[in-house]
Amino acid sequence: MCLGIPGEVVELMDDRPDLAKVDVSGVRRAINIGLLENEKLEPGDWVLIHVGFALSKIDEEEAKAALDFLEGIGQAYADELAALADSKIE
Amino acid sequence: MRFVDEFRDAEKAQALAAQIAALCEPGRQYKFMEVCGGHTHTIYKHGLEDYLPESITLVHGPGCPVCVIPMGRVDDAIFIARQPDVIMTSFGDMMRVPGSNGAFFDANAQGADIRMVYSPLDSLKIARQNPDKRVVFMAIGFETTAPSSAMTVLRAKADGIENFSIFCNHVTIIPAIKAILDSPDLRLDGFIGPGHVSTVIGCRPYEFIARDYGKPLVCAGFEPLDLLQSIYMLMLQLAEGRSEVENQYTRVVPWDGNLKALQVIGEVMELRPYFEWRGLGFISHSALRVRESYASFDAERQFLVPGVRVADPKACQCGEVLKGVLKPWECKVFGTACTPETPIGTCMVSPEGACAAYYNFGRFTRERVKEATRT
Repeated sequence: MCLGIPGEVVELMDDRPDLAKVDVSGVRRAINIGLLENEKLEPGDWVLIHVGFALSKIDEEEAKAALDFLEGIGQAYADELAALADSKIE
Repeated sequence: MRFVDEFRDAEKAQALAAQIAALCEPGRQYKFMEVCGGHTHTIYKHGLEDYLPESITLVHGPGCPVCVIPMGRVDDAIFIARQPDVIMTSFGDMMRVPGSNGAFFDANAQGADIRMVYSPLDSLKIARQNPDKRVVFMAIGFETTAPSSAMTVLRAKADGIENFSIFCNHVTIIPAIKAILDSPDLRLDGFIGPGHVSTVIGCRPYEFIARDYGKPLVCAGFEPLDLLQSIYMLMLQLAEGRSEVENQYTRVVPWDGNLKALQVIGEVMELRPYFEWRGLGFISHSALRVRESYASFDAERQFLVPGVRVADPKACQCGEVLKGVLKPWECKVFGTACTPETPIGTCMVSPEGACAAYYNFGRFTRERVKEATRT
Protein backbone atom coordinates (compact mmCIF):
# COMPACT_ATOMS: atom_id res chain seq x y z
CA MET A 1 0.00 0.00 0.00
CA CYS A 2 2.82 2.36 0.84
CA LEU A 3 4.81 1.56 -2.26
CA GLY A 4 4.89 4.31 -4.84
CA ILE A 5 5.03 2.58 -8.21
CA PRO A 6 6.08 4.28 -11.43
CA GLY A 7 3.77 4.07 -14.43
CA GLU A 8 3.99 5.45 -17.94
CA VAL A 9 0.98 7.38 -19.17
CA VAL A 10 -0.19 5.66 -22.37
CA GLU A 11 -3.55 7.30 -22.94
CA LEU A 12 -5.56 10.26 -21.71
CA MET A 13 -9.33 10.03 -21.79
CA ASP A 14 -11.23 12.91 -23.34
CA ASP A 15 -14.49 12.05 -21.62
CA ARG A 16 -12.80 11.55 -18.24
CA PRO A 17 -10.12 14.19 -17.71
CA ASP A 18 -9.49 12.87 -14.17
CA LEU A 19 -8.34 9.46 -15.44
CA ALA A 20 -5.44 8.18 -17.53
CA LYS A 21 -4.42 4.77 -18.72
CA VAL A 22 -0.94 3.83 -17.49
CA ASP A 23 1.46 0.98 -18.05
CA VAL A 24 3.12 -0.43 -14.92
CA SER A 25 5.59 -3.21 -15.65
CA GLY A 26 3.32 -4.39 -18.48
CA VAL A 27 0.06 -4.08 -16.53
CA ARG A 28 -2.25 -1.48 -18.13
CA ARG A 29 -4.88 0.07 -15.90
CA ALA A 30 -6.77 3.31 -15.46
CA ILE A 31 -5.61 5.51 -12.61
CA ASN A 32 -6.78 8.86 -11.27
CA ILE A 33 -4.65 11.89 -12.18
CA GLY A 34 -6.80 14.50 -10.43
CA LEU A 35 -4.01 15.32 -7.93
CA LEU A 36 -1.74 16.38 -10.81
CA GLU A 37 -4.24 18.65 -12.51
CA ASN A 38 -1.66 21.43 -12.79
CA GLU A 39 0.94 19.25 -14.48
CA LYS A 40 -0.55 18.87 -17.99
CA LEU A 41 0.26 15.18 -18.43
CA GLU A 42 0.82 13.69 -21.86
CA PRO A 43 1.33 10.14 -23.12
CA GLY A 44 4.95 9.17 -22.50
CA ASP A 45 5.10 11.02 -19.16
CA TRP A 46 5.93 9.03 -16.03
CA VAL A 47 4.07 9.30 -12.75
CA LEU A 48 4.49 7.82 -9.28
CA ILE A 49 1.29 6.01 -8.32
CA HIS A 50 -0.09 5.39 -4.85
CA VAL A 51 -3.25 3.29 -4.44
CA GLY A 52 -4.62 4.23 -7.84
CA PHE A 53 -3.70 7.93 -7.75
CA ALA A 54 -0.79 9.63 -9.49
CA LEU A 55 0.90 11.62 -6.74
CA SER A 56 3.86 13.11 -8.58
CA LYS A 57 5.29 13.43 -12.03
CA ILE A 58 8.80 12.00 -12.40
CA ASP A 59 11.33 11.82 -15.20
CA GLU A 60 12.03 8.64 -17.11
CA GLU A 61 15.40 8.07 -15.47
CA GLU A 62 13.88 8.17 -12.00
CA ALA A 63 11.07 5.88 -13.16
CA LYS A 64 13.57 3.31 -14.45
CA ALA A 65 15.63 3.49 -11.27
CA ALA A 66 12.51 3.11 -9.14
CA LEU A 67 11.36 0.12 -11.21
CA ASP A 68 14.75 -1.57 -10.87
CA PHE A 69 14.52 -1.05 -7.17
CA LEU A 70 10.96 -2.36 -6.90
CA GLU A 71 11.70 -5.40 -9.02
CA GLY A 72 14.61 -6.10 -6.66
CA ILE A 73 12.45 -6.07 -3.52
CA GLY A 74 10.44 -9.03 -4.77
CA GLN A 75 7.26 -10.13 -3.05
CA ALA A 76 5.97 -6.77 -1.87
CA TYR A 77 6.11 -5.39 -5.42
CA ALA A 78 4.62 -8.60 -6.87
CA ASP A 79 1.71 -8.23 -4.43
CA GLU A 80 1.26 -4.58 -5.37
CA LEU A 81 1.23 -5.42 -9.10
CA ALA A 82 -1.26 -8.25 -8.54
CA ALA A 83 -3.52 -5.86 -6.64
CA LEU A 84 -3.22 -3.30 -9.44
CA ALA A 85 -4.08 -5.96 -12.00
CA ASP A 86 -7.31 -6.63 -10.10
CA SER A 87 -8.15 -2.93 -10.00
CA LYS A 88 -10.92 -1.64 -12.23
CA ILE A 89 -11.03 2.06 -11.55
CA GLU A 90 -13.65 3.92 -13.53
CA MET B 1 19.43 -14.88 0.59
CA ARG B 2 20.41 -11.66 -1.11
CA PHE B 3 23.34 -9.77 0.29
CA VAL B 4 24.65 -6.30 0.22
CA ASP B 5 27.05 -6.73 -2.63
CA GLU B 6 24.19 -7.58 -4.94
CA PHE B 7 22.99 -4.07 -5.43
CA ARG B 8 24.20 -2.42 -8.55
CA ASP B 9 26.21 0.41 -7.17
CA ALA B 10 28.15 -1.35 -4.46
CA GLU B 11 31.28 0.60 -5.39
CA LYS B 12 29.53 3.93 -5.07
CA ALA B 13 28.13 2.73 -1.78
CA GLN B 14 31.63 1.90 -0.51
CA ALA B 15 32.81 5.36 -1.55
CA LEU B 16 29.91 7.05 0.26
CA ALA B 17 30.53 4.87 3.29
CA ALA B 18 34.15 6.05 3.36
CA GLN B 19 33.03 9.68 3.19
CA ILE B 20 30.59 9.06 6.03
CA ALA B 21 33.30 7.38 8.12
CA ALA B 22 35.62 10.35 7.53
CA LEU B 23 33.04 12.65 9.14
CA CYS B 24 32.76 10.65 12.37
CA GLU B 25 34.22 12.37 15.40
CA PRO B 26 36.29 9.89 17.39
CA GLY B 27 34.44 8.73 20.48
CA ARG B 28 31.09 10.17 19.42
CA GLN B 29 28.04 7.95 18.91
CA TYR B 30 25.42 8.89 16.32
CA LYS B 31 21.78 7.81 16.24
CA PHE B 32 19.58 8.58 13.27
CA MET B 33 15.94 7.62 12.96
CA GLU B 34 14.51 6.60 9.62
CA VAL B 35 10.89 7.58 10.02
CA CYS B 36 9.48 5.64 7.10
CA GLY B 37 8.83 1.88 7.00
CA GLY B 38 9.89 1.80 3.34
CA HIS B 39 13.34 2.95 4.42
CA THR B 40 13.46 0.29 7.14
CA HIS B 41 12.73 -2.27 4.43
CA THR B 42 15.63 -1.04 2.26
CA ILE B 43 18.02 -0.93 5.21
CA TYR B 44 17.42 -4.55 6.18
CA LYS B 45 17.09 -5.81 2.63
CA HIS B 46 20.49 -4.47 1.65
CA GLY B 47 22.17 -4.72 5.02
CA LEU B 48 23.02 -1.01 4.90
CA GLU B 49 24.03 -0.93 8.56
CA ASP B 50 26.99 -3.12 7.65
CA TYR B 51 28.27 -0.31 5.44
CA LEU B 52 28.25 2.21 8.25
CA PRO B 53 30.88 2.87 10.89
CA GLU B 54 30.08 1.22 14.21
CA SER B 55 29.46 4.60 15.81
CA ILE B 56 26.37 5.19 13.63
CA THR B 57 23.15 3.47 14.65
CA LEU B 58 19.94 3.56 12.64
CA VAL B 59 16.76 3.58 14.68
CA HIS B 60 13.51 2.50 13.09
CA GLY B 61 10.63 4.91 13.46
CA PRO B 62 6.84 4.81 13.51
CA GLY B 63 6.26 5.32 9.77
CA CYS B 64 4.43 2.09 9.05
CA PRO B 65 0.72 2.94 8.92
CA VAL B 66 -0.45 -0.62 9.44
CA CYS B 67 1.82 -0.96 12.48
CA VAL B 68 0.38 2.01 14.34
CA ILE B 69 -3.33 1.07 14.08
CA PRO B 70 -4.47 0.32 17.63
CA MET B 71 -6.39 -2.87 18.37
CA GLY B 72 -9.54 -0.99 19.29
CA ARG B 73 -9.79 0.47 15.77
CA VAL B 74 -9.46 -2.99 14.21
CA ASP B 75 -12.26 -4.14 16.54
CA ASP B 76 -14.39 -1.16 15.46
CA ALA B 77 -13.81 -1.97 11.79
CA ILE B 78 -14.81 -5.60 12.35
CA PHE B 79 -17.90 -4.38 14.23
CA ILE B 80 -18.84 -2.35 11.12
CA ALA B 81 -18.11 -5.28 8.82
CA ARG B 82 -20.53 -7.45 10.82
CA GLN B 83 -23.49 -5.09 10.51
CA PRO B 84 -26.25 -6.22 8.15
CA ASP B 85 -25.72 -5.57 4.42
CA VAL B 86 -22.19 -4.23 4.88
CA ILE B 87 -19.29 -4.88 2.54
CA MET B 88 -16.02 -3.84 4.17
CA THR B 89 -13.17 -3.10 1.77
CA SER B 90 -9.52 -2.81 2.67
CA PHE B 91 -5.96 -2.75 1.38
CA GLY B 92 -4.42 -6.23 1.55
CA ASP B 93 -1.86 -5.05 4.15
CA MET B 94 -4.62 -4.66 6.71
CA MET B 95 -6.09 -8.17 6.48
CA ARG B 96 -3.88 -9.83 9.09
CA VAL B 97 -3.59 -6.96 11.56
CA PRO B 98 -4.84 -8.39 14.83
CA GLY B 99 -7.66 -6.85 16.84
CA SER B 100 -8.52 -8.13 20.31
CA ASN B 101 -10.61 -10.87 18.74
CA GLY B 102 -8.93 -11.71 15.47
CA ALA B 103 -8.17 -9.88 12.26
CA PHE B 104 -10.12 -9.12 9.07
CA PHE B 105 -9.15 -12.53 7.73
CA ASP B 106 -10.77 -14.24 10.73
CA ALA B 107 -13.92 -12.10 10.52
CA ASN B 108 -14.14 -12.94 6.83
CA ALA B 109 -13.92 -16.67 7.59
CA GLN B 110 -16.72 -16.20 10.14
CA GLY B 111 -19.03 -14.76 7.50
CA ALA B 112 -18.37 -11.01 7.33
CA ASP B 113 -18.00 -9.73 3.75
CA ILE B 114 -14.53 -8.17 3.72
CA ARG B 115 -12.86 -7.65 0.36
CA MET B 116 -9.35 -6.60 -0.58
CA VAL B 117 -9.04 -3.65 -2.95
CA TYR B 118 -6.11 -1.90 -4.58
CA SER B 119 -7.58 1.57 -4.41
CA PRO B 120 -10.43 3.36 -2.60
CA LEU B 121 -11.78 3.95 -6.11
CA ASP B 122 -12.23 0.18 -6.46
CA SER B 123 -14.22 0.30 -3.25
CA LEU B 124 -16.39 3.03 -4.73
CA LYS B 125 -16.98 0.86 -7.76
CA ILE B 126 -18.16 -1.98 -5.51
CA ALA B 127 -20.63 0.51 -3.97
CA ARG B 128 -21.92 1.39 -7.44
CA GLN B 129 -22.40 -2.26 -8.31
CA ASN B 130 -24.13 -3.10 -5.03
CA PRO B 131 -26.70 -0.36 -4.43
CA ASP B 132 -28.50 -2.49 -1.82
CA LYS B 133 -25.33 -2.84 0.30
CA ARG B 134 -23.48 -0.37 2.46
CA VAL B 135 -19.88 -0.30 1.30
CA VAL B 136 -17.20 0.91 3.72
CA PHE B 137 -13.57 1.59 2.93
CA MET B 138 -11.03 1.00 5.72
CA ALA B 139 -8.99 4.15 5.18
CA ILE B 140 -5.47 3.87 6.59
CA GLY B 141 -2.13 5.47 5.93
CA PHE B 142 -0.17 8.66 6.29
CA GLU B 143 -0.37 11.67 3.98
CA THR B 144 0.50 9.47 0.98
CA THR B 145 -2.90 7.76 1.04
CA ALA B 146 -5.09 10.40 2.73
CA PRO B 147 -5.53 12.42 -0.50
CA SER B 148 -6.77 9.26 -2.27
CA SER B 149 -9.44 8.69 0.37
CA ALA B 150 -10.45 12.37 0.21
CA MET B 151 -10.62 12.34 -3.59
CA THR B 152 -12.78 9.22 -3.47
CA VAL B 153 -15.23 10.87 -1.06
CA LEU B 154 -15.41 13.88 -3.39
CA ARG B 155 -16.06 11.55 -6.32
CA ALA B 156 -18.80 9.70 -4.40
CA LYS B 157 -20.45 13.02 -3.58
CA ALA B 158 -20.22 14.28 -7.17
CA ASP B 159 -21.73 11.04 -8.48
CA GLY B 160 -24.45 10.95 -5.84
CA ILE B 161 -23.38 7.57 -4.44
CA GLU B 162 -25.09 7.26 -1.08
CA ASN B 163 -24.07 3.76 0.03
CA PHE B 164 -20.35 4.50 0.36
CA SER B 165 -18.42 5.65 3.41
CA ILE B 166 -14.89 5.56 4.76
CA PHE B 167 -13.75 4.45 8.21
CA CYS B 168 -11.08 7.08 8.59
CA ASN B 169 -7.86 6.04 10.33
CA HIS B 170 -5.51 8.37 8.53
CA VAL B 171 -2.61 9.57 10.64
CA THR B 172 -0.22 12.46 10.21
CA ILE B 173 3.51 12.06 10.53
CA ILE B 174 4.58 15.36 12.11
CA PRO B 175 2.91 14.88 15.54
CA ALA B 176 4.44 11.39 15.76
CA ILE B 177 7.91 12.79 15.14
CA LYS B 178 7.27 15.48 17.74
CA ALA B 179 6.13 12.83 20.26
CA ILE B 180 9.37 10.95 19.66
CA LEU B 181 11.43 14.13 20.06
CA ASP B 182 9.65 14.83 23.36
CA SER B 183 10.10 11.27 24.61
CA PRO B 184 12.76 11.00 27.33
CA ASP B 185 13.72 7.46 26.27
CA LEU B 186 15.58 8.36 23.18
CA ARG B 187 18.40 10.67 22.18
CA LEU B 188 18.57 11.14 18.43
CA ASP B 189 21.07 13.08 16.34
CA GLY B 190 18.91 13.50 13.26
CA PHE B 191 16.21 12.14 11.02
CA ILE B 192 15.98 10.49 7.64
CA GLY B 193 12.72 12.04 6.42
CA PRO B 194 10.00 10.00 4.71
CA GLY B 195 10.22 10.25 0.91
CA HIS B 196 6.67 9.64 -0.23
CA VAL B 197 4.87 11.44 2.59
CA SER B 198 7.00 14.43 1.68
CA THR B 199 5.77 14.40 -1.93
CA VAL B 200 2.45 15.46 -0.37
CA ILE B 201 3.44 17.65 2.61
CA GLY B 202 6.72 18.96 1.18
CA CYS B 203 9.72 19.83 3.36
CA ARG B 204 8.49 22.89 5.25
CA PRO B 205 6.53 21.05 7.99
CA TYR B 206 9.82 19.57 9.24
CA GLU B 207 11.43 22.96 9.83
CA PHE B 208 10.51 23.04 13.54
CA ILE B 209 12.67 19.94 14.05
CA ALA B 210 15.74 21.81 12.85
CA ARG B 211 14.78 25.14 14.40
CA ASP B 212 13.30 24.19 17.78
CA TYR B 213 15.02 20.89 18.48
CA GLY B 214 18.29 21.55 16.69
CA LYS B 215 18.19 18.25 14.80
CA PRO B 216 18.93 17.90 11.08
CA LEU B 217 16.46 16.13 8.80
CA VAL B 218 17.08 14.95 5.25
CA CYS B 219 14.18 13.79 3.06
CA ALA B 220 15.41 10.63 1.39
CA GLY B 221 14.68 8.37 -1.55
CA PHE B 222 14.27 4.63 -1.24
CA GLU B 223 17.27 3.14 -2.98
CA PRO B 224 20.31 2.07 -0.97
CA LEU B 225 22.42 4.90 -2.40
CA ASP B 226 19.71 7.44 -1.55
CA LEU B 227 19.85 6.38 2.06
CA LEU B 228 23.65 6.42 2.27
CA GLN B 229 23.69 9.82 0.59
CA SER B 230 21.15 11.09 3.14
CA ILE B 231 23.21 9.78 6.04
CA TYR B 232 26.21 11.55 4.54
CA MET B 233 24.20 14.78 4.37
CA LEU B 234 23.16 14.39 8.02
CA MET B 235 26.75 13.75 9.08
CA LEU B 236 27.97 16.75 7.12
CA GLN B 237 25.43 18.99 8.85
CA LEU B 238 26.55 17.74 12.25
CA ALA B 239 30.22 18.14 11.34
CA GLU B 240 29.57 21.73 10.27
CA GLY B 241 27.37 22.46 13.27
CA ARG B 242 24.24 23.00 11.19
CA SER B 243 20.70 21.73 11.76
CA GLU B 244 18.61 22.19 8.66
CA VAL B 245 15.95 20.49 6.59
CA GLU B 246 17.50 19.23 3.36
CA ASN B 247 16.03 17.34 0.45
CA GLN B 248 18.04 14.46 -0.99
CA TYR B 249 15.04 13.20 -3.00
CA THR B 250 14.56 16.27 -5.19
CA ARG B 251 13.86 13.93 -8.13
CA VAL B 252 10.45 13.32 -6.62
CA VAL B 253 9.85 15.60 -3.62
CA PRO B 254 8.97 19.25 -4.31
CA TRP B 255 9.86 21.60 -1.45
CA ASP B 256 6.24 22.75 -1.17
CA GLY B 257 4.67 19.31 -1.61
CA ASN B 258 1.52 18.66 -3.64
CA LEU B 259 -0.79 21.61 -2.94
CA LYS B 260 -3.78 20.01 -4.64
CA ALA B 261 -3.43 16.91 -2.45
CA LEU B 262 -3.24 19.07 0.68
CA GLN B 263 -6.25 21.03 -0.44
CA VAL B 264 -8.48 17.96 -0.96
CA ILE B 265 -7.43 16.53 2.42
CA GLY B 266 -8.40 19.85 4.00
CA GLU B 267 -11.73 19.93 2.17
CA VAL B 268 -12.88 16.49 3.32
CA MET B 269 -10.99 15.92 6.59
CA GLU B 270 -9.98 17.72 9.75
CA LEU B 271 -7.58 16.96 12.59
CA ARG B 272 -8.88 14.88 15.49
CA PRO B 273 -8.18 16.33 18.95
CA TYR B 274 -6.24 13.15 19.71
CA PHE B 275 -5.77 9.63 18.37
CA GLU B 276 -4.30 6.48 19.82
CA TRP B 277 -1.23 5.05 18.10
CA ARG B 278 -0.39 1.48 18.77
CA GLY B 279 2.51 1.37 21.13
CA LEU B 280 2.87 5.15 21.31
CA GLY B 281 -0.38 5.91 23.13
CA PHE B 282 -2.52 9.00 22.58
CA ILE B 283 -0.98 11.77 20.49
CA SER B 284 -2.68 15.17 20.13
CA HIS B 285 -3.82 16.28 16.68
CA SER B 286 -2.16 13.27 15.10
CA ALA B 287 -4.94 11.87 12.92
CA LEU B 288 -7.69 12.89 10.54
CA ARG B 289 -11.46 12.43 10.65
CA VAL B 290 -14.16 13.22 8.12
CA ARG B 291 -15.59 16.74 8.41
CA GLU B 292 -19.20 17.15 9.44
CA SER B 293 -20.05 18.54 6.01
CA TYR B 294 -19.27 15.06 4.61
CA ALA B 295 -20.95 13.20 7.50
CA SER B 296 -22.89 10.85 5.21
CA PHE B 297 -19.54 9.48 3.95
CA ASP B 298 -18.21 8.93 7.47
CA ALA B 299 -18.56 5.34 8.68
CA GLU B 300 -17.86 6.46 12.25
CA ARG B 301 -21.02 8.56 12.23
CA GLN B 302 -23.06 6.06 10.18
CA PHE B 303 -22.41 3.03 12.36
CA LEU B 304 -21.89 4.33 15.92
CA VAL B 305 -18.79 2.20 16.47
CA PRO B 306 -18.13 0.98 20.03
CA GLY B 307 -14.79 2.81 20.22
CA VAL B 308 -13.53 0.68 23.09
CA ARG B 309 -9.85 1.10 23.83
CA VAL B 310 -7.98 -2.21 23.98
CA ALA B 311 -4.58 -2.46 25.60
CA ASP B 312 -1.81 -4.03 23.51
CA PRO B 313 -0.94 -7.63 24.41
CA LYS B 314 1.44 -7.63 27.36
CA ALA B 315 4.04 -9.77 25.63
CA CYS B 316 4.19 -7.43 22.64
CA GLN B 317 6.82 -4.68 22.65
CA CYS B 318 5.83 -3.03 19.38
CA GLY B 319 5.63 0.30 21.19
CA GLU B 320 9.30 0.20 22.09
CA VAL B 321 10.17 -0.95 18.57
CA LEU B 322 8.09 1.84 17.00
CA LYS B 323 9.81 4.43 19.18
CA GLY B 324 13.15 2.94 18.29
CA VAL B 325 13.97 2.07 21.91
CA LEU B 326 14.23 -1.64 21.12
CA LYS B 327 15.57 -3.37 18.05
CA PRO B 328 13.12 -5.99 16.71
CA TRP B 329 15.11 -8.99 17.91
CA GLU B 330 15.28 -7.56 21.41
CA CYS B 331 11.52 -8.07 21.82
CA LYS B 332 10.72 -11.05 24.05
CA VAL B 333 8.41 -12.74 21.54
CA PHE B 334 10.27 -11.92 18.31
CA GLY B 335 10.57 -14.96 16.07
CA THR B 336 9.13 -17.30 18.68
CA ALA B 337 5.51 -16.52 19.59
CA CYS B 338 5.41 -13.68 17.06
CA THR B 339 6.18 -14.44 13.40
CA PRO B 340 4.79 -13.09 10.10
CA GLU B 341 2.51 -16.16 9.93
CA THR B 342 1.08 -15.65 13.41
CA PRO B 343 1.82 -12.03 14.32
CA ILE B 344 1.10 -10.81 17.84
CA GLY B 345 2.20 -7.28 17.14
CA THR B 346 1.62 -5.08 14.13
CA CYS B 347 5.33 -4.58 13.42
CA MET B 348 5.40 -8.21 12.34
CA VAL B 349 2.38 -7.90 10.03
CA SER B 350 3.31 -5.40 7.35
CA PRO B 351 6.35 -6.04 5.14
CA GLU B 352 7.32 -2.48 6.10
CA GLY B 353 7.16 -3.23 9.79
CA ALA B 354 10.60 -3.32 11.36
CA CYS B 355 10.07 -6.80 12.82
CA ALA B 356 8.80 -8.35 9.58
CA ALA B 357 11.58 -6.72 7.57
CA TYR B 358 14.16 -8.05 9.99
CA TYR B 359 12.54 -11.48 10.19
CA ASN B 360 12.17 -11.87 6.42
CA PHE B 361 15.71 -10.89 5.59
CA GLY B 362 16.98 -12.75 8.67
CA ARG B 363 20.37 -11.11 8.52
CA PHE B 364 22.94 -11.18 11.22
CA THR B 365 23.63 -7.50 11.53
CA ARG B 366 26.61 -6.37 13.50
CA GLU B 367 24.51 -5.79 16.65
CA ARG B 368 23.14 -9.28 16.48
CA VAL B 369 26.58 -10.75 15.97
CA LYS B 370 27.88 -8.79 18.92
CA GLU B 371 25.03 -9.98 21.03
CA ALA B 372 25.42 -13.57 19.94
CA THR B 373 29.12 -13.61 20.65
CA ARG B 374 28.70 -11.94 24.03
CA THR B 375 26.64 -14.79 25.47
